[in-house]
Amino acid sequence: MPASSALHDRPAHVHQFDNGLVLLAEPIPSMQSAALTLMTPCGYSTEPADRLGLSGMVCDMVLRGAGERDSRALINDLENLGVERGEAVGASQSSFSGATLAENLPEALSIFADIVRRPHLPNDQVEAARQVCLQEIHGVDDDPGQQVMIELRRRSYPEPWGRPSHGEEEGVLAVTAAEIKRHWALHYRPNGAILGVAGDIEWERLRDRVEELFGDWPSVPVQPTVERTPATTSPHIAFDSNQCHIGIAYPSTPYKDPNYIQAWAAVGILSGGMSSRLFTEVREKRGLCYTVNASLQTQRERARVLCYAGTTAERAQETLDVTYAELVRLGEGVEQAELDRLKARIKSSLIMQQESTSARSSAIARDWFHLGRVRTLDEVSQLVDDLTAESINAYLRDQPPRDFTFATLGPTPLQIPN
Amino acid sequence: MEFRQHTLDNGLEIVAECNDDAHSMGIGFFVRTGARDETDEVAGVSHFLEHMVFKGTPRRSADDVNREFDEIGAHYNAYTSEEATVYYASVLPECQEASVDILADILRPSLREDDFAMEKKVILEEIQMYADQPPFGMDDRIKELHYGDHPLSRSVLGTVESVGALTADQMRTYFESRYSPGNIVVAAAGRVDFDELIKQVGQRCDAWTPHDTPRTTTRPKSYNAFECVTRESSTQQYILQLADGPAAEDADRYAAKILATILGDDSGSRMYWDLVDPGLVETASLGHYEYQGAGMLFTWVSCAPEDAAENYMRIREILRTAEQSGFEAKELQQAQSKVKARVVLGSERPRNRLFNVGGNWMQRREYRSVATDVAAVDALTLDDIHAVLAKYPLTKATTVTIGPLSEFAAG
Repeated sequence: MPASSALHDRPAHVHQFDNGLVLLAEPIPSMQSAALTLMTPCGYSTEPADRLGLSGMVCDMVLRGAGERDSRALINDLENLGVERGEAVGASQSSFSGATLAENLPEALSIFADIVRRPHLPNDQVEAARQVCLQEIHGVDDDPGQQVMIELRRRSYPEPWGRPSHGEEEGVLAVTAAEIKRHWALHYRPNGAILGVAGDIEWERLRDRVEELFGDWPSVPVQPTVERTPATTSPHIAFDSNQCHIGIAYPSTPYKDPNYIQAWAAVGILSGGMSSRLFTEVREKRGLCYTVNASLQTQRERARVLCYAGTTAERAQETLDVTYAELVRLGEGVEQAELDRLKARIKSSLIMQQESTSARSSAIARDWFHLGRVRTLDEVSQLVDDLTAESINAYLRDQPPRDFTFATLGPTPLQIPN
Repeated sequence: MEFRQHTLDNGLEIVAECNDDAHSMGIGFFVRTGARDETDEVAGVSHFLEHMVFKGTPRRSADDVNREFDEIGAHYNAYTSEEATVYYASVLPECQEASVDILADILRPSLREDDFAMEKKVILEEIQMYADQPPFGMDDRIKELHYGDHPLSRSVLGTVESVGALTADQMRTYFESRYSPGNIVVAAAGRVDFDELIKQVGQRCDAWTPHDTPRTTTRPKSYNAFECVTRESSTQQYILQLADGPAAEDADRYAAKILATILGDDSGSRMYWDLVDPGLVETASLGHYEYQGAGMLFTWVSCAPEDAAENYMRIREILRTAEQSGFEAKELQQAQSKVKARVVLGSERPRNRLFNVGGNWMQRREYRSVATDVAAVDALTLDDIHAVLAKYPLTKATTVTIGPLSEFAAG
């Protein structure tokens, strides 16, 4: 008979090296795998305004040979180690992630150290990297749902925080080999970098290995970021499609704020399981669309709730009106039964997160980035237990959904609510 | 890790991979039905029915179904393919019985008229959504060209016309003919209490009456065609290629998967180095998909329209070279390392094991542990890979391209 499931309280090990690099590790001895998440402070917010996409190009270039390996040897060796890898450029960070069998982690780590510290950045590969980045930009042109959300983020965040992570065609076309080298030298640095590891690892040996590989990585002075209000644009993009795509955003509370958990819970009630408000009101009761959702996306200093719905053109206005009305109604508060369901979902998510070393390595790295410390799953669980309908409603009274931004894309413009 | 199996008197089979070290469990009802079991009159009914199953039963309204799943913190969903409809949930072990109770109940849906009318709107939206997304319906079109009137060529979604014309009565008839207990496998993986599972499923499903559920599984005759479809509003050009490959029951399916990995994995493959790494395409990949009586080797390329003809020739060249000269030992080893790591990493989550356990039982009435799968990959030799390529030449394929091009110079 299975016992009741539980969270294992495993405080993460933390070590900050003299150069600023923070190493975090959560040993999970029951796993065969180990995963790493390496964040370096080369986000899209660091790009010059006329070079949007530069961070993405650097991220592509660092994989084109590093240390003693050329481009082909680098990728092949990672694959021979069975590393499932991924790279992403966010607002503040470029992230490199990898998961593999635990015994291969030390060797994989040394390749990742080469990638961020000793990339060749070969001049003869710049055109290929540029083409890869342009392909990615053009791929989005045929994805109207993704396009509308890119436009929504651009309209909703102050510059440079709402930029598309893969940049823009003009910026990518303008990037030079020298700019790639300079951008790498400025933003691939240990001060501000975070390495999260989770899985079947032994802490002391891991720390020694990371010291060996990253301990003498020299730090670099930090460049300030300048914020500006976004350029004024029309909320509608004309597009030849069957469906109209609707995006609505409003400001919310970032992860580092003690009220984040209240904001997160409120959005969970709006759009969590299939009994959540948006799914019920827009899809189940009215059959207006197949996809409707909202999520809280947090950066370090600011956050937005981003909501999406896609529907055929003739029902788009009703979909927009009903969805918007639900966002406004959230400000009137949530009910206890809704919160109970949400808590059940969160609890099972937290427990299931322990079954993925990749999920844990990125979660602890994310915690450090936002909080400067790592929460254990027990601590998160306690925060969830402490949530009450009253606490969420107090938050919503103080900060109801408001100051909405809209973006629509489709054959005809819609009437935007005042 | 222990495999358990039980069959109810009415033919419903229960299988599970029980792992006491897991934190959660995955459970699914796998129904052997899908687009290949439909007729023209009811095209799209399997998928529409999958939606209707969540719309309630004599003892649950649609709201109840959604609410109760959420109350137990389940991560749940369903999908429909050419030959299977699967309803599944990931839950904590203490919610095993509650999840069985909901899943077993909804597998006997009311199919109420008003719910049917409302959900039809959602399905039509889903069809429109996919019509706006690459490959703009060409995944269906290429199957039609390749398999002719064989049942595997049928569209899972159906069309606006076929779904629009469906009636609730037609759906009831289809449901009665396909959702027989002998056509359903209940699979579970993770921290499962199997003895309790037998009782829990038995109590709720014993009364289901069995009947025959025939399916045509003759191997399809395949054709090779070329079609260029113009879609002026697209930015990119898309090229799809479909060639025959080993079927679900064929022993050389593992060799086909490694073949696809060497040639067309999204990283480190021949297509990756020749097309993706130099930035000639947005994506170029090759995958192997297995069905009863047929297997598909599916190539997918997206790129700028002006480069499409040249990229098409490059793909042909990659495939021709492979057929003529074969592969190197180090390519095989790299693909083996990669696939084995994926198998192990994927197996750490019970919800992933669920699809493996349920899928294997549906397709072959067979249990395969992670170790068995890893050993099967390890045992492959270059000769195995070359043999599968000789038997299923990738250059003998159907091609469909869609994008702004009005004609396509395929030399």
